[in-house]
Amino acid sequence: MATLHQYLLVSGLLFAIGLAGVVLRRNIIIVFMCLELMLSAANLTLIAFSRFNLTSYGLPDPNSQMLVFFVITVAAAEVAVGLAIIVALYRARQTIHTDDLTSMRG
Amino acid sequence: MNQLPWILLFLPLVVAAANQLFLKRSPLAVITSVASAAITFGIAVSLLGKTGTSSFEWASVIGFSIDLGITLDPLSTGMMIVVTGIGLLVHIFSVAYMKDDEAKARFFTGLSLFMFSMTGIVLASNFIMTFIFWELVGVSSYLLIGHWYQKDSAADAAKKAFLCNRVGDFGFLIGILLLWRITDSLAFDGMAAGVKAFQLAHPAIFAATLSTALLCVFCGAVGKSAQLPLHVWLPDAMEGPTPVSALIHAATMVAAGVYMLFRVQFSLHLEPEFLRGLFSSEVIAWIGGITALAAALMATQQDDIKRVLAYSTLSQLGYMVMAVGLVAGEAGMFHLFTHAWFKALLFLGSGAVIHACHHEQDIWKMGGLLKKMPITGITFLIGFLALIAIPGTSGFFSKELILDAAHEHNPALFWIAAVVAVLTPFYMTRLFVVAFLGKPRDHGSEHAHEVGPLMFVPLALLAVMALISGYAGVNKLSPALPEHAGEFHFHGIVPWVSLAAVAIGVAAGYLLYKGKDKDPVSIPLFKNRFYVDGFYDNVVVRYFQDAFAGIVNFFDKFLIDGVGVGGLSRGAESFGNLFRRVQSGNLQGYAFTFGLGVVLVIYFTVFR
Repeated sequence: MATLHQYLLVSGLLFAIGLAGVVLRRNIIIVFMCLELMLSAANLTLIAFSRFNLTSYGLPDPNSQMLVFFVITVAAAEVAVGLAIIVALYRARQTIHTDDLTSMRG
Repeated sequence: MNQLPWILLFLPLVVAAANQLFLKRSPLAVITSVASAAITFGIAVSLLGKTGTSSFEWASVIGFSIDLGITLDPLSTGMMIVVTGIGLLVHIFSVAYMKDDEAKARFFTGLSLFMFSMTGIVLASNFIMTFIFWELVGVSSYLLIGHWYQKDSAADAAKKAFLCNRVGDFGFLIGILLLWRITDSLAFDGMAAGVKAFQLAHPAIFAATLSTALLCVFCGAVGKSAQLPLHVWLPDAMEGPTPVSALIHAATMVAAGVYMLFRVQFSLHLEPEFLRGLFSSEVIAWIGGITALAAALMATQQDDIKRVLAYSTLSQLGYMVMAVGLVAGEAGMFHLFTHAWFKALLFLGSGAVIHACHHEQDIWKMGGLLKKMPITGITFLIGFLALIAIPGTSGFFSKELILDAAHEHNPALFWIAAVVAVLTPFYMTRLFVVAFLGKPRDHGSEHAHEVGPLMFVPLALLAVMALISGYAGVNKLSPALPEHAGEFHFHGIVPWVSLAAVAIGVAAGYLLYKGKDKDPVSIPLFKNRFYVDGFYDNVVVRYFQDAFAGIVNFFDKFLIDGVGVGGLSRGAESFGNLFRRVQSGNLQGYAFTFGLGVVLVIYFTVFR
């Protein structure tokens, strides 16, 4: 069985890939997907800690599992809102390329 | 002392305020102003001979307070008779004179404001109060000179009067502060003790310090009483309505300088001999004498009836200032008293003439007015006789005393005064012969007819005062009275000199101007008033004022606007620009910065 260390390593890797995607990719849908990837990395960390932190009854820690469900729920809602924003943005500006969206420059 | 003096002081202010606030367009303003003048005159009469003081604290800082106070003594009560008496007659005269003016209410409001300010100067018990009211008469004089502000000349004259007075008042304020340091008292009645203490403490510098302070105080009188070199505003002030010229610029306000000087001299209680030895007294006397002479010379070539009288006023004020400088202030005040009546008479008479000739002021367009307007003509003649000091008129008594004082203390000034005594009858005879005798030269004077009773009654009353105010008994009303006032005493050279002067002046004027239709002599130097006005306009204003304005402009534009205000705003702006760069509008830039921030927070919280 994999160790906690390996789980955390994978999770960190996922997070790093997600962050790199958010920072480097220009297509806003890819950015959005990378954001989801980062959330998944966080979920993986939580599950790993849950698995390796047994309660006195020998069961995994339910607190972190509960937190994961929260994150999944919030992420679902966020996807709905985020995609809606992207659609609205595309309708308004005919582009989803972040380099073209600079009207907020000071 | 009861409340009467306070009513005397504040009633005109209340009336002025009521007129300004509620009666701006109403003919009622005329009635309230005249009524207030009448009431104040009544109060002034009832206060004659009373003495006392009354004051309340007006402002105080730790260890120092300024009072508003009233002093009643023969000097102030006598002066109040002059101010309110002439004030009342001028108010009555103005009702007729300003009948057709559209801004009557404003005019009478101004008159009431002036009466308030002048009363304040006369009754003031301390120097700060004098100064406040000193400025207030300046304001009311400004408002009244500029009554017909639609005319550029009137607006300019008002401004000129105000600025000239400001120049003098700057010195005056310094003088007040110096005197305050010397005597440690702002109140007039505390000065004598203070000056004694200072003399004992610093005998070496006493005379020089006191001289400087008195000279600075005199600066105020130079401005207000229009002495050289600040005399230029008074002739221009004749742009105001004639009753204003009579009240403010002949009888009362311009005499305030003399009054104030005398008040200070009198309050210091120093030996006359010591005062006379002071450098300041010498300067005051000479400035008075030179003003008297220069103004009389200028008067000989003026064609405007009011300007002749204005220069004559300057010249007579010079006499008074000279008397104060010779420490014969009583004679000066006596002359102030008699002069006030006959000069107000002459001005109101000229007002009646101007009114009758449809606002014609050039004497060469008048003529034959004595026949057309006998009452005005005769009262004017009486004023004229008093001014040239014909024996038996009031002017004779007071002028004689000034000449006496000059003869006794400063022979050079005596001869200057004697020359002025020749010139005065000369230019007045010129005025009278040209304007009142001969034939009418213009249709204005041809159709002139006698003015109504509202005008000639004040003239007649003033004429009576011009005749009798010098005699013993009546002259008890005078603010201050020298010994032997009102007595004829023909001994020594002085009376003969003055009689000869009058005779020469009248004869020369009559012979030279009888039957002439234009001025047979032309002296551009006098006509152009020694080019003093031109000098001020072209040199002082152009170079000094403009250079000063340039400096001020630099200071204002560069230092205040550029460095102060502009610098601050530019600083804020460039600081803002710096932070503007951060707002790139680039989504991933934000995300990167955010990530970097998280890494830093983790680094600092976990690894440090």
